[in-house]
Amino acid sequence: MDDNKTKTSRRDFLKSSVLTGGALCLGVSFFGSCKADVVPEVDFASMDFKDFNAYIKVAKDGFVTIFAPNPEIGQGVKTSIPMIIAEELEVAWDKVYVQQAGLNTESFTRQVAGGSDSIRQGWVAFREAGAKAKHLLMTAAANRWDVSMDQLSVKEGVVSNQNGESLNYGELVEDAALIEAPEKVELKNPKNFSIIGTDKFNVDLNGIVQGKPLFGIDYKEEGMQYAAILRAPGFGYKLVGLDDAEAKKVSGVIDVLKLENKIAVIASNTWAAFKGKDKLKVEWKPDGNLESSDFHSKTLRDLNDGKKLETLRKDGDIVQAFQEADQLIERSYEAPFLPHNCLEPMNFFADVTDAGARMVGPIQTPEWTQSRIAELLKIDKEKVTIEMTRMGGGFGRRLYGGFALEAAEISKITRTPVLLVYTREDDMTQGTYRPASRYKIAASVKNGEITGYHLKEAAINRNMYGAIAHFFPAGSIENLQVDVAKYESNITTGAWRAPYTNFLAYAEQSFFDELAEILGKDPVDLRIELLEKAIKNAEEDEDIIYSPKRMIECIKLVAEKANWGKSSNNVFQGLSAYFSHRTHVAEIAEVEILDDGPKVSKVYVAVDCGIVVNPLGAKNQIEGGVIDGVGHAMFGEFAFEDGVPSAKNFNQYQLIRMKDAPEVEVYFVKSTVDPTGLGEPSLPPAGGAIANALYKATGKRLYKQPFSNDLYKG
Amino acid sequence: MSAFLIEVNGQKYSVDVDEDTPLLWVLRDHLSLLGTKYGCGIAQCGACTIHLDGNATRSCILPISQVQDKKVTTIEGLSKNGDHPVQKAWKEMDVPQCGYCQAGQIMTASAFLKQNSKPSDEEIEDAMHGNICRCGTYSRIKKAVKIASNNS
Repeated sequence: MDDNKTKTSRRDFLKSSVLTGGALCLGVSFFGSCKADVVPEVDFASMDFKDFNAYIKVAKDGFVTIFAPNPEIGQGVKTSIPMIIAEELEVAWDKVYVQQAGLNTESFTRQVAGGSDSIRQGWVAFREAGAKAKHLLMTAAANRWDVSMDQLSVKEGVVSNQNGESLNYGELVEDAALIEAPEKVELKNPKNFSIIGTDKFNVDLNGIVQGKPLFGIDYKEEGMQYAAILRAPGFGYKLVGLDDAEAKKVSGVIDVLKLENKIAVIASNTWAAFKGKDKLKVEWKPDGNLESSDFHSKTLRDLNDGKKLETLRKDGDIVQAFQEADQLIERSYEAPFLPHNCLEPMNFFADVTDAGARMVGPIQTPEWTQSRIAELLKIDKEKVTIEMTRMGGGFGRRLYGGFALEAAEISKITRTPVLLVYTREDDMTQGTYRPASRYKIAASVKNGEITGYHLKEAAINRNMYGAIAHFFPAGSIENLQVDVAKYESNITTGAWRAPYTNFLAYAEQSFFDELAEILGKDPVDLRIELLEKAIKNAEEDEDIIYSPKRMIECIKLVAEKANWGKSSNNVFQGLSAYFSHRTHVAEIAEVEILDDGPKVSKVYVAVDCGIVVNPLGAKNQIEGGVIDGVGHAMFGEFAFEDGVPSAKNFNQYQLIRMKDAPEVEVYFVKSTVDPTGLGEPSLPPAGGAIANALYKATGKRLYKQPFSNDLYKG
Repeated sequence: MSAFLIEVNGQKYSVDVDEDTPLLWVLRDHLSLLGTKYGCGIAQCGACTIHLDGNATRSCILPISQVQDKKVTTIEGLSKNGDHPVQKAWKEMDVPQCGYCQAGQIMTASAFLKQNSKPSDEEIEDAMHGNICRCGTYSRIKKAVKIASNNS
């Protein structure tokens, strides 16, 4: 691919950013208390804003409201997207007030938090929205002074002419709102960016540290009720008996509703709903497969060794390469299911009336959820409104809005506004889990070179998709094949932060570490040697979307920063490099041996995500992704016994905590290329980096996650 | 159901609830103090941390019957305008990602710094180990606690 451009699809762009002079009320925040976060001293609520386009409102005194269209799960888009718009609008950041937009499929596209794609896919649309509004304001000024546009300059929301006169945006907004928006506008040269590329605080920072009710679970309104749902104890059970007498005696419990294979308790407060749920006497009977983890392990192994495989990529002839090899190396890697464990448990507010469904809550996929609710209630999609709250984590779990559908189903029956809240136990046992998977990798070596590479994936429910089969090492080894197979389970699975690559990257990057050792090569040198071989193929092969050149730069940068190969005594380093979500990342982990065993003390990261919109937020994403990757590789364990999950709460499931979290040092490759994702890409390389460092420290290769089982228990 | 007299953020309230109702849900559902979060309900994650007579306490397992005659402080009562030294340090470090755990983190840190105003890194880790941040902002939290200790 072209190294100076990030591949972007034209159809992903904004449908239109229509100028509206009339009242277009969008995404009005439902809590007065979340207002004035950026500039607390300004009373935005009482200011008279003129709608400009769906993204922008300008008030008469020049203050600007920018609507953040995408759902905020902690990835920072509520800050970074408005920064992009403000950049092209040419306003001072401290005059910008950011509000979450509502779901508006007419004005915005892709209001999704997923795939680390909000910035990449919206980059041009966001810039154009700002630039078009600026163009109209400048046109209004030109008309006012009766001069041509090229005689005007603009800085921080103030338009000036050559006579030394100036007008701020607020003084121009009424005129500008009557002018037709241009089809095309000129965008700024990245060299002239003054907001993009500077550190900006999270726009909700003030509200968060004061405990403002920003989240879905905090939603409240007069007359609403609370609901909790009791579901089967595991996968493969059906409800055969219910006695709700004791539950109904709990003070605060209003009603008990029998739904399809689940029971909802409606109450006047959350605790009463939870308590009532505990008092339900329920009988479940097996109905379908009752699967256990031993069964999954064996099934995945059989799939890896079996013949029923689908080939996703095939270069050359691995059979011949393997026959002619001096040496064959084969390894297998196993990963368990994982729950998402967003700290804010799943919840949603619904108010279903004859007029339609009014929904409020944390959702990564508001548009899809709107359609599903319309379908469920058999009403027009237009009658379902969704207000997006800030989310207490997403990690993929909130892509699947079953909880919103449940809330709508309950409110439809009770005809009362309701907030459905999952207990932690509900959240952990009713997941859409990262599927358990197993990778078997084989390589052939001849005359000191890697001549063949065969990757086989076995996974539950779904296999790797999209371009993943064409990630590194595709293009770097002459004979290469990627085969996949799956087993259909009744355990619900789904996307989990960096789907597939969250585990695949560890398997491959561990394998290459072993290959380097077998070949007697330095792991950095081997990666660079292979990537250099891939440069030409990557240019010619449309399926290959990673850039070997950019990855080489990341590896060189991280090796330099981590002082690769020169670490002090008792510090052991491991390298991993992985491309995902269009971003290139290389990591070097450091492990120290302490009295109670090995500890991952530090991870160096080099990232090429193109232009870094908000370095402060970007670093936070990278740090968090690494710690998430380290935590789950070390400790994440989630098994099933007869369809029942092994862990129900944090006393049985170990999430990484402060003492186990490494220090993370982040470096960005300087770039003028259009930006790519950051929410996920630092996670995949982390597992391999620590596995390789732990090997250096302990002499033990790790083939199964979580590593803590082999490191501390075996 | 019985009436319980409690003092939260310097204000006295009478709430009519079952005696086993955890303080967390009294705060959230009855007093509309929504800054204190529900995370696990079994005192494992720290999202519900409040101060009980100045000590960091998990409100999710604390029955209302045990709160009478004690002073409760929630994140809403820590400062008027978010300018407690710990909150200021949190802002300086731009700590949050999703932000859900942060009120609990701040309440743990502020109670801890009252007892140990100049902690070592290890003491900070010990004090904060009970609070989960699913987004992994631990190194920023650690630095923010350090900054707050230097400024208080």
